[in-house]
Amino acid sequence: MDLTIGVLALQGDVREHLLALAELGVLARPVRRPEELDSVHALVVPGGESTTMSKLAVDFGLLEPVRERIAAGMPAYGSCAGMIMLGTTVLDGRPDQRTFGGIDMVVRRNAFGRQVDSFETDVVLDGIEGHAFRTVFIRAPWAEEVGPQVEVLGRIEGGPADGRIVAVRQGRVMATAFHPEVTGDLRVHEAFVDLARGVLIGSADE
Amino acid sequence: MSTDDSTTATTGTARVKRGMADMLKGGVIMDVVTPDQAKIAEDAGAVAVMALERVPADIRAQGGLARMSDPDMIDGIIEAVSIPVMAKARIGHFVEAQVLQSLGVDYIDESEVLSPADEANHIDKWPFTVPFVCGATNLGEALRRISEGAAMIRSKGEAGTGNVIEATRHMRQIRADIRRLSTLDETELYAAAKELRAPYELVAEIAGSGRLPVVLFTAGGIATPADAAMMMQLGAEGVFVGSGIFKSGDPVKRASAIVQATTFHDDPDVIAKVSRGLGEAMVGINVSTLPESEQFAKRGW
Repeated sequence: MDLTIGVLALQGDVREHLLALAELGVLARPVRRPEELDSVHALVVPGGESTTMSKLAVDFGLLEPVRERIAAGMPAYGSCAGMIMLGTTVLDGRPDQRTFGGIDMVVRRNAFGRQVDSFETDVVLDGIEGHAFRTVFIRAPWAEEVGPQVEVLGRIEGGPADGRIVAVRQGRVMATAFHPEVTGDLRVHEAFVDLARGVLIGSADE
Repeated sequence: MSTDDSTTATTGTARVKRGMADMLKGGVIMDVVTPDQAKIAEDAGAVAVMALERVPADIRAQGGLARMSDPDMIDGIIEAVSIPVMAKARIGHFVEAQVLQSLGVDYIDESEVLSPADEANHIDKWPFTVPFVCGATNLGEALRRISEGAAMIRSKGEAGTGNVIEATRHMRQIRADIRRLSTLDETELYAAAKELRAPYELVAEIAGSGRLPVVLFTAGGIATPADAAMMMQLGAEGVFVGSGIFKSGDPVKRASAIVQATTFHDDPDVIAKVSRGLGEAMVGINVSTLPESEQFAKRGW
């Protein structure tokens, strides 16, 4: 069975994630409806506006199905707004903002400031081989607190945000506060594809 | 471009500016004139708001010069919502742009809806940390704006009319110009650059990629969910709605409907569903009855 990865396509930089996955030789398709979710083995939640994604996910009946799939072990990866959507608690969000969950963490929205504070920097990522990752942070969140089962994969080094957590993994769910999809560096996507492929092969063996 | 000495962090790079527009894709950016309207927009699922003193329909009706909004008014809207806030500067008015950057707005629209401040030059947008969106009616105009540093392009349309005919024309023109480039051989690209009055390097890049190097939104006259969906089907990557929401009978419902129709722009069943019971649309204007001096799209060059 070929690995098929969906990209949540309610809003955001869906195209960039689809291209990154396609470049890695994976069948990638947009997901906007519950029945489209049924046909994928794993899900990427893209960058974008988390309050918009939350509202549309509720309006179009995707919130609960995605929550349930993730709780049942579907691999998921989120960048930026996607990280917010995979957290358990959101700070500086809207009171009615909902998330899919998957990673036991408190995420602060727009933690680094406004667009004029958006930046690029180098981050060393655990489990990603080679040089430091050139990361692009756009009105980005950070993980303010993480639960005991969450593996911290990367932190900001130096500056006012020194030590802030910007890459995490809990089991089959990964998240980054930055956008590897706009850099052309596919190593984060590659790690997620490996994870998703491992889960698919494992389930076929059962 | 500025660098914080204590880290390797760099702000204001082209990737950070263009990337911000990537994150708005598939979304709706709404004109708002008060914090309450900004909240309605955010509640409806807008990806950003455009803070201004008068929506284009009122600028049109009231006449006179239109300038950058009062900083207090912009601050009030920044305070009211957590989504990005954009604001407009006059074409060529680089000091209005400096002020908007210092207020912390997330994107500046160098906009033909305001009265132009320079009849020859647009703002040199490269030195700014804040990104800019600019209007265009065709590919050449879009490329001139990109060469000046615009990180996002939108169709001009004809703002404040509630009439999509000009936005349709501009979206079709930009897309047709791009398609034409991809049919040319390398020798012909030099003449094409000259015709488009655009830098050769950008022209060659687009001939190869088949798309603009920045995000393309639509703006100018969008008033209904079907308008928004049509623009998306014509190749827009997102939608600006100006007067269309808050000049309509039921802004709360219409705002939400346009957001939903933008996401499901290729699904007529969804568009039909969200188009029901929206109340009065804004009263439109036939663009052909507007004298040239009142056509905003003619501003800028």
